[in-house]
Amino acid sequence: MQAAKTDRDLVVLCSDSRGSASLTPFFEAYPEQSVEVGIAEQDLVGIAAGLASCGKRAFAASPASFITTRSYEQCKVDCAYSDTNVKLIGISGGVSYGALGMSHHSCQDIAAMSAIPNMRVYLPSDRFQTARLVQALLQDEKTAYVRVGRNAVDDVYTEENCPFEMDHATWVRGNADQEVDVALIACGELVRPAADAADMLTEAGVKASVLDMYCVKPLDANGVLAAASHARVVLSVEEASPYGGLGSQIAQVVGEGCPRPVRTLSLPDAPVVTGTSKEVFAHYGLDAQGIAASAREFLTAAENQRGRAN
Amino acid sequence: MATVSELKALRWDLRQRCVDIIMAGGGGHIGGDMSVIDALMVLYKNHLNITPETQNDPNRDRFVLSKGHAMEAYYAILCEQGFLDFDDVKARFSKFDSPYIGHPNNKLPGIEMNSGSLGHGLPVAVGMALAARMDGRSYRTYVAMGDGELAEGSVWEGAMAGSNFGLDNLCALIDRNRLQISGSTESVMKQDSQEERWASFGWNVLSIPGNDIEAIDAALTLASETKGKPTAIILNTTKGFGSPLMENKASWHHHLPTQEEYEQISADFAAHKEADIRG
Repeated sequence: MQAAKTDRDLVVLCSDSRGSASLTPFFEAYPEQSVEVGIAEQDLVGIAAGLASCGKRAFAASPASFITTRSYEQCKVDCAYSDTNVKLIGISGGVSYGALGMSHHSCQDIAAMSAIPNMRVYLPSDRFQTARLVQALLQDEKTAYVRVGRNAVDDVYTEENCPFEMDHATWVRGNADQEVDVALIACGELVRPAADAADMLTEAGVKASVLDMYCVKPLDANGVLAAASHARVVLSVEEASPYGGLGSQIAQVVGEGCPRPVRTLSLPDAPVVTGTSKEVFAHYGLDAQGIAASAREFLTAAENQRGRAN
Repeated sequence: MATVSELKALRWDLRQRCVDIIMAGGGGHIGGDMSVIDALMVLYKNHLNITPETQNDPNRDRFVLSKGHAMEAYYAILCEQGFLDFDDVKARFSKFDSPYIGHPNNKLPGIEMNSGSLGHGLPVAVGMALAARMDGRSYRTYVAMGDGELAEGSVWEGAMAGSNFGLDNLCALIDRNRLQISGSTESVMKQDSQEERWASFGWNVLSIPGNDIEAIDAALTLASETKGKPTAIILNTTKGFGSPLMENKASWHHHLPTQEEYEQISADFAAHKEADIRG
């Protein structure tokens, strides 16, 4: 909103999604910088690319499930391939629309968007980091996909303390020099549960670090290696299907640069059970308790495996 | 501005260059090239305010080749207008690591947007036309589509938006050659009546003989004078226009001429040129 005051080239587009995207105030304040395309996501992304090719900073907002898969080819050809400055904002990402079923869940978006050359993928973890990220994205001229959730989530940071460096992961627990038992690398809404899990583990005498990998692509490989090289095992945590997401990308980096056992905590390769996000996370062990339990189990399994190997 | 008689000669030279590029590269979409090339020529010669010198000017007119497979026709006109070097294009078209690929790529001078997958150009052009209005600029945006392409739903999303926003600075050129790769458009998926379809979407519709230079020129002028709505020019063309060998034959969608066919096609072009010059 503030940026639009001074930046007349900032344009926001939506596909009958201004309410869900909390864009109604923007549309009312800046009608001449707002574009409503109706329920037509391919059109949304194509029009955004056309605007961007003429010098506009186009932010296109639509439910994550639709803007990524319904408009996938427009994201690929009109944005990434044509190299236009379109920021694709996937709202209500992951299982935000819990009870609405698989049509409305976006569990493939990380893998799908990461697979497009010249596409960046960001999953900020709370409102403060989202604000820092948007500020950074307003400064650059390339396309990117940003997935945000629908429901209010517990903050990871505070207004005063939200360390942010573009394309560098943020240490939420531990640091690059600290030896731990388990390194938790998470993105999006699951950073906070990962941090809570780390606190539970620490209390129980298991040392854990947490890296907020909001920049899934370009993945902060140095951050991943720093976390992995100081840990016995690596656990990735994401609100996505198990294939091609954050965990897969971390496993590639760790496997090549610093072999450690890597386990991916994610949603299943199946239609996700319906319920609120919290209920769904708890069901699949993606809440703090579940993440902590997986960490313990994984450490034990890795220890046993090492024992057998010796 | 080129005169009608200049254009009548040039259209055959452009066709010849188009076929030369295809022969050199060992492939291309010859049928659609031949049907759309007259419209591209008239557009670039007499309507678009874009030159190699003004290709980054914010006031330049925009053109998007949505039927991106007609790339050889696009190369021919971009070379003619000085954006690209014909000998270079011919030498490297479709070769390993060449910038001259079979679809538009905006790494090349004069090309605004990448295309290739069909149904993308119109929404993009709507965005360009909207940007002109937001910025108070007078440039116009043109997009060329094939008729087979009109089966893509995204075309109609763009058509809906173009009229919804009243974009009279937007013009769609529809190459209605009535053939697509598998056969006639009416046998694959009915497209008639395009005139009624575009009109029902709120567009100003001009249906013209699509390989007639004067008709194309007049329609583009009419489109630019139309207020309050975008214009769709239905170009009723002949696929493969210029040689009986390939005219109205679906198999020539991307047929590579044999040497014998090449010579026949070249002779047919030369005869057409001669006849057009004589009037």
